[in-house]
Amino acid sequence: MSSPSAAAAYDGVPQPIAAFGGGGPPPVRIVVSYGFWIFLLSDIIMFSALFAAYAVLSGQTAGGPSAHSLFQLRHVGVETVCLLFSSYTCGLATLFLARRRLKDAYILFGLTFVLGVIFVSLEFSEFAAMVTQGAGPSRSAFLSAFFSLVGLHGAHVSAGLLWLTFMMAQLKAKGPRPFVLRRILCFSLFWHALDIIWVAVMSLVYLMGARI
Amino acid sequence: MGKLTWAAIPLDNPIQMGASLFVVLFIGSILAIVTWKGWWRYLWSEWLTSTDHKRIGVMYVLLALLMLLRGFIDAIMMRSQLAVAAGGAQGYLPPEHYDQIFSAHGTIMIFFMAMPFMVGLMNFVVPLQLGVRDVAFPVLNAVSLWLTATGALLVNVSLVVGEFARTGWLAYPPLSELQFSPGVGVDYYLWSLQIAGVGTLLAGINFVTTILKLRAPGMGYMRMPVFCWTALAANLLIVAAFPILTATLGMLLLDRYIGAHFFTNDAGGNAMLYFNLIWAWGHPEVYILILPAFGIFSEVIATFSGKNLFGYRSMVMATMAICILSFMVWLHHFFTMGAGANVNAFFGMMTMIIAIPTGVKVFNWLFTLYGGRIRFEVPVLWSIGFMVTFVIGGLTGVLMAVPPADFVLHNSVFLVAHFHNVIIGGVLFGAMAGYNYWFPKVFGFTLNKRLGQLSFWCWLIGFYLAFMPLYILGLFGMTRRMQHYANTAWQPYLVVAEVGAIVILVGILATIAQLTVSIRTRARHRDLTGDPWNGRTLEWSTASPPPRYNFAVMPRVESQDAFAYMKQNGTAAVPPGEYEPIELPSNSPNGFVTAFFAVITGFALIWHIWWMAIGALAGAVVTLLMFGWFERVELKISAEQLAKDDRARLSRMSVA
Repeated sequence: MSSPSAAAAYDGVPQPIAAFGGGGPPPVRIVVSYGFWIFLLSDIIMFSALFAAYAVLSGQTAGGPSAHSLFQLRHVGVETVCLLFSSYTCGLATLFLARRRLKDAYILFGLTFVLGVIFVSLEFSEFAAMVTQGAGPSRSAFLSAFFSLVGLHGAHVSAGLLWLTFMMAQLKAKGPRPFVLRRILCFSLFWHALDIIWVAVMSLVYLMGARI
Repeated sequence: MGKLTWAAIPLDNPIQMGASLFVVLFIGSILAIVTWKGWWRYLWSEWLTSTDHKRIGVMYVLLALLMLLRGFIDAIMMRSQLAVAAGGAQGYLPPEHYDQIFSAHGTIMIFFMAMPFMVGLMNFVVPLQLGVRDVAFPVLNAVSLWLTATGALLVNVSLVVGEFARTGWLAYPPLSELQFSPGVGVDYYLWSLQIAGVGTLLAGINFVTTILKLRAPGMGYMRMPVFCWTALAANLLIVAAFPILTATLGMLLLDRYIGAHFFTNDAGGNAMLYFNLIWAWGHPEVYILILPAFGIFSEVIATFSGKNLFGYRSMVMATMAICILSFMVWLHHFFTMGAGANVNAFFGMMTMIIAIPTGVKVFNWLFTLYGGRIRFEVPVLWSIGFMVTFVIGGLTGVLMAVPPADFVLHNSVFLVAHFHNVIIGGVLFGAMAGYNYWFPKVFGFTLNKRLGQLSFWCWLIGFYLAFMPLYILGLFGMTRRMQHYANTAWQPYLVVAEVGAIVILVGILATIAQLTVSIRTRARHRDLTGDPWNGRTLEWSTASPPPRYNFAVMPRVESQDAFAYMKQNGTAAVPPGEYEPIELPSNSPNGFVTAFFAVITGFALIWHIWWMAIGALAGAVVTLLMFGWFERVELKISAEQLAKDDRARLSRMSVA
């Protein structure tokens, strides 16, 4: 045993403190991102309840249109590419921010925003088309579950776009101060988590639905 | 104004009108007193905008005590109705009013009495026990409090404007669907719980982060006080369960507001989906309430036995085992659904397995008492009363975990007796033990012992009188939620239950008297040492009431029961060598303003006043963005100031 903590014990520092629980509270950045992770986990649980409802109700079309007749995989494929690519640009943007290359960060966050807007508008057009066909959320239990699950994800992406706009304004006005950077870190976690949820939506709702 | 008209004021119902008048007069007189005394500035700067976890904890408990009164008035009205409504008699409450009362009673007691009581105690105690200066997110903590208060306010507004749900405390569809409950009652229920639920979820995130990340140097997991462990388990359950509640109530809202078909009878809806989802939240919920109570009993029993808690590790293991198992038993709430023998058997066995870690806990408490020098202070009375009562309630629970037995007892008053047995005997006794135990820490003087004893004995005896007859009636076949009954043979039992409720009323009055008398005689019961009970954990190592920053120097933790260890080694009252300047979260109106907009939004949505809902939501978003724009300025306390305050504290301690 020649670790630093063992050596420290001979200097009169009570060894158990090093051995248990470390040296007290960590920096704010760690605490904030940890708390935000826990929020994201709770958000994923909320989605899981809606996934469960969708799984139960997906066959309950009440004589109305089914998943097979409604879903257009090409449309959804474009949405998926936009959202996954926006996660990539968001990741790159945070790396540039960490190196204080602010101009590059703005460009990539801007790209993230544009891709997000494309995703939301594609989803909106899909929903609008379904409603005009008479396949709105009140048509059947299947459609209620579909619109709620996919719509909740879309609402999250829209809120993320608002948040991103706010953060860009704040970064511009206040510069890369610690509290601004902490929030951008949380935003990027949020954006990636939405991607994970979308992968589940894509596979469980669209791919499995179009197959049946 | 949407669906809101003057007809929403229940002028035709004298009982409801009297209650409304009481609510309006109560709130009005408080506002008048505050204005007359000129307390607004103090109230605003010291309480309403406070981000201090101790103040927030006090406000949570105050809310809980007020709601205890409200919920108890509902309870005694129901007991009085059933004491008289036998045979041909209809009693004094018509069915549509009686149904609102039992729904409001359950909703208020669980969401706005038990939850705020436990969250309030956790708020006050957990950071102190961990040896830190506040929770991880102090402003968010205030938001949580005020969102919970918003929910409570909306439930009580339903008394004055409109009606409350008639669907029971879980609003089962299809009864709670628009087709069968077209009024605003269910909407009051749903929006109150949605808003309060968000507050609870945020509190859960806050406490999980606090306990896992913010601890004094040396406070390893296996050195945390058991109350912190049970708080951790309860908050993990909040984080994992409350999103399910939000989603489930959200689906019911969509059914009611946009004509969705999640739980409707037609168009493929499935009411049993609601039962499954609501109990996937609801069963963990009861452990969210009882686990912190277990923690309180552990602290109280160890302190007043004057020894370490017996089997600390097994206590931690049992807590975490219950935390996980609580998610695997939800189906026992509807064995009669017809899921089949194998499914019912699985959930029956999982339910029985939970009794094992709970039994471990009971034996640990007994072995802690064994050989201890027990001081029979009021918190100990509540703890021992709990152990006897809770074991009975637990056993009737295990009985109902046997599916064939449950088929007989399902929805009978046997079930009502069971869950009151564990919630009063467990959660409420725990809350009262914690209230008596930590009160001197919060306010700097101890509570009156005699009135505390009176309160305990009234609650204990009143509980047995009120609920043991219900066990018997349940076996006779009396179902729950009946406004009157034909079988007059049941009446004597229900009269005994009514007497029990009156004895509990005396217990509640004794609690109020205890508080009043203690405040009046506080000069004689001051706690100058900060350690009135010879405590074992860190909250007793600082002054009573603790300074805003809790600890002038963050304590160094070298063992379990850190403060007892310090006292043993003579390091408890030694002035620390050096003081360092600290930063504290400053006040923030964020929580209060959020609640202001939440009340308006909730009310507008309940009454379909769309312009008002959109306006209030927009107001909330704009003010939140404004709060978010500016960097928060923290309160700074210099090292000199800290040193001065702390020396004063130590000299007061040495005098006492």
